[in-house]
Parts: sequence; structure tokens; C-alpha cells
Amino acid sequence: MASLMQSLKGSTPAWLTGRRLVIGLPYAWFLILALLPVLIVLKISLSEMQTTAVSGMVSWQGAWPQIKIDVSSYLFLAFDELYLLTYLSSIQYAFYTTVICLGLGYPFAYFMARAPKHWQALLLMLIMLPFWTSFLLRIYAWKTLLVNNGLINSALLALGWIDSPIEMLNTPFSLMLGMVYSYLPFMILPLYANLSKLDGRYLEAAADLGCHPFKTFWLITVPLSKAGIVAGCMLVFIPAVGEYVIPELLGGPNTLMIGRVLWDEFFSNNDWPMASAVTIVMLLLIMLPLTIYNKLQSEGRA
Amino acid sequence: MNSTALKWFGRSWMLLVYAFLFLPIFTLVAYSFNDSQLVTVWSHASLRWYKALMHDSDLIAAVMLSFKIAFLSALVSVFFGLFSAFALHRYRRFTGRGLLSSLASTPLVMPDVIVGLSLLLMLVSAQQALGYPERGLLTILLGHTLLGTAYATVVVRSRLTEMDSKLEEAAMDLGCRPWQVFTLVTLPLLMPALLSAFLLTFTLSFDDVVLSSFLSGPGYSTMPMVIFSRARLGLNPSINALATVTIVVVSVVVIASTLYSLRQERQRKRDMAYRD
Repeated sequence: MASLMQSLKGSTPAWLTGRRLVIGLPYAWFLILALLPVLIVLKISLSEMQTTAVSGMVSWQGAWPQIKIDVSSYLFLAFDELYLLTYLSSIQYAFYTTVICLGLGYPFAYFMARAPKHWQALLLMLIMLPFWTSFLLRIYAWKTLLVNNGLINSALLALGWIDSPIEMLNTPFSLMLGMVYSYLPFMILPLYANLSKLDGRYLEAAADLGCHPFKTFWLITVPLSKAGIVAGCMLVFIPAVGEYVIPELLGGPNTLMIGRVLWDEFFSNNDWPMASAVTIVMLLLIMLPLTIYNKLQSEGRA
Repeated sequence: MNSTALKWFGRSWMLLVYAFLFLPIFTLVAYSFNDSQLVTVWSHASLRWYKALMHDSDLIAAVMLSFKIAFLSALVSVFFGLFSAFALHRYRRFTGRGLLSSLASTPLVMPDVIVGLSLLLMLVSAQQALGYPERGLLTILLGHTLLGTAYATVVVRSRLTEMDSKLEEAAMDLGCRPWQVFTLVTLPLLMPALLSAFLLTFTLSFDDVVLSSFLSGPGYSTMPMVIFSRARLGLNPSINALATVTIVVVSVVVIASTLYSLRQERQRKRDMAYRD
């Protein structure tokens, strides 16, 4: 690798433009499509809504630019109880989703990593298969399963475990079920990637020294898989906070999720500054987990 | 708990999780053959909803549009993903490397509504200033390609890290120019990763509803947008038929590509053994 780097550096100026192109092209792409939009959202969140368009922030009075910042959207956000409740309940749902996914996914990934080697490719493919199948269609399928005359209620009635159908669809229960269902593979994959690399010799050493298997698990396996746990939790928690489709299809009208508020502010109320302010606050909320995630990403490949 | 009990506990745990993951998929398939108008009540088996699907011109037009967008977005995503993965892998030090790395991985976790809204507001600003672009196919494509590039970067980058750099060094030593090394050695070695990045980004685009809803203009409804608007209103049996068709196609492609990559892996191991 070192010699390659040197020879790359030592070559003609033509390569220098090559290097610039290789770095510059994706850089410009992500700056324009990922960073610039967020700055524009920030700008719009600080503007006021006018009848036809969003007001400009800078206006010229003679030679002097006048910068007008309108924080009314943020003030409204801060003093309206509904927004606060919605943010809190989004975080709550995302948190529970993460915990349940970890509880289901950790043992799964653990046993999968300990399965015979020739089975693992198949087991992995079976996890990926639903993941490749349209997410929207799978959420829709839960709708057919959970309705009052759906398969689950019919089965429970036929078994005589219940006397009348349980109201499952459009409740916090169906919302949580859909969230856990959709995000579970995102938890399992990083955990499996981590646990399958676990050095078996540590476990043998612990066993040789007379450590009980449960104690070995807590003292060795879990701490060694910390990076996988953190990565999986971030991959579930961050997108779950802003989830829109699942609450819309499975949550019913009463579950509060911030992604839906954003959608409604934008599409129903046409209030762009408010939608932008909601977005900026959501971004601030996920900033901390996002930073942890990005740090893990760069460390994992450094 | 002794080790046999643990083994059985593990097996049943895995089985339950798989059942949970596959239950909705099986229901979709089973109910697509149901004759009843009500999705949830079983009457008898028929192909009624497949016939309805064939005459559903709105849905067919949407599927066509989705195919077009997914294909183009996968191509562009793999192209840019290759560049960004290569830049991040090959050049350890350049100004703003950390920023590029974060920008490339952030869209992977960012909630769709944030990406959709911010891209739309930028495109609207661009349109106010430049009169371009009109909301429609191009804007949807831009959104999907942003997401796709991020995923393609991950896939290509992990292949680059695994790859044996000795082959590239050998080509250099034998007098290849850098671009020759790239086209004659690196690119062929990356082919499997590029293929799986293509499949992944194609699927992502084909599946997306939130970004498309924000970025599309009048007359441009993708397949997920049509499904979503129908699913919001209630249950619709022809969606089950459509779902079954997609599931079959996806399963065939995924199984075939898994088998292909397993064979490639085995071939590589055999070659290595032969060389030693």
C-alpha cells in the first residue's frame, strides 16, 4: 500500500487533476444535495410566511443590507404544548423500538454467529430477504393481519382465547409492532457483523478458568460487542424518531409522531417556515446520536 | 441451563424471529389468491385480482415510472458511489475528508421526511432563482440518487477495504498508468460490489415513498406513491396481487445473486489455493 501511495504521488501532474476529480466530484455532489438543502431549511425557518412565497432574509436599503430574522416559528414551537408532546412521544416511541429491537435482535445475532459456518450465508440471506421486499407492502400486510376481522383476531377467536376481537389496528401497539418489525434487520445486521468476528479464544480462556457461561457472556461477549450494539441502536433510533409511513398506516389518528406533524405542516397547512423549524429542531434532537454514529463510521474504516 | 438446552433455546428464538419477519409476506401472497372483495375474509382461490391488476392502468403506469427512475437512479448512484468510496479509501489526507465521510454516511440514517423536505426547499429555491428544474422525474431522481450514492459508497468502500492491494501494486510495478490500473485491475475486482450496489440502490429507489412524495410534481406518481395512497384509504386486494409479483421477482433475484456471490467466493478460494 505504501509503495502504491508513493508512486501515485510521484506521477505526472495529469494524475493530480485525476486526484482532484476523484475527490471533487463526490464532494460537490454531497455538498449540493446534502449540506446546502439543510442550510436553506435553516434560512427558511427564520423567514416569515407571506401570501405567495417565503420572505427574503436580506433586503437592501440604499447601500446597507438589512438582515431580517424572524423567530416566530420557533417561538410558536416552544410555547405550543402539542409540539412539545409530539417531540417527546416520538423520542419515546423511537426509544422503545430500539430497546425491543435490541432485546429481540441480540440473542438472534448471537445464535446466528454461533451457527455452523455453512448455514450462516443462508441465515443471513433469510434476514435480508424481507428487507429487500418492499417495506411499504410489508407494513400494508400488517394492516390486513391486525384489523378486527383479520387473521390474528380470527385465529385467537377460533382458539377460544378471546370472546370478541381485540382492537389492535390504529393503536400504540400496532405502531410499535410495525416499527419493531421494520427496524429489526437494521439491528441484527451490525450485531451479527460484530459478533461473528468475536475471537472464540477469549470465551475458551474464560471457560478454562472456571467462569460460568452466563458470567462469560456478561463479562466478555457483551463488552466486546459494544461497537455493534451502539451501531445497531443508532441505525434504529435515528430514523425511527422521524418515521412517517408507519404511524400513518398503522398508528391511527391519535399517535403523535413528529414526522407526521412535519408532513401536515408542509402538505396541509402549506406553512414552510413552520415545517422548516420543526425540521431544524428534529435535526438538533438527533444531532448527538448522529455524531456518535458518524464517529463510529469513520473509526470502523480508518 | 446446559448446552443442549441452550442450543434448543437458540434455535427456537431464531425460528420465532424468522416467523415474525415472514408472516406478513406469506399473508400477502396467500390473500392475493382470495376471491373475496374483502381482503380479510377468505372465500375461495382465484386469480381474480391478478386480472384486475392487469387492467389497472394507473398502477401499471406507476410501475413503469418506478422502473425507469430506479434504473436511472441506480446507475447514477453507483457512478458517484464509486467515486466517493474511491476518494475516501485511497486518499487518507485531504482537506475536509471528515466532512465528506460524514456527508456520505448521514443520508443512511437521516429520517426520510428531513431529506425530502430539505431537498425540495432547495430545488424550489433553485427554481425561483434559475427557473429550473421543474418538479417531476428529474427531482425525484435527484432525491433517490442522493440516498443511493450514500448506500453505494458503503458497499463499494467495504469491498475496497477487503481487496488485496498487491494486485494494484503489481500492475503499477509493471508500468501501468494509474487510470490503466483502475480500469484493468481495480474495476474488474470491484464488479461484484458494483453489481450488489446497483441492486441495492435500485431496490431503495423502487421502494421509496416519502422522498418521491415530496419531490414529485403533477403527473408523476411512482408505484409506492399509488400503493401508499390506496393503503391510506383502506385495504385493496389488487395490491396483494402486485405484492406477490414483486415478492417473486425479488426472491428470484436475491437468491440468484446470493448463489452467484457464493460461487464467486468459492472460485476465489480455489484460485488462491492453486496459486499457493
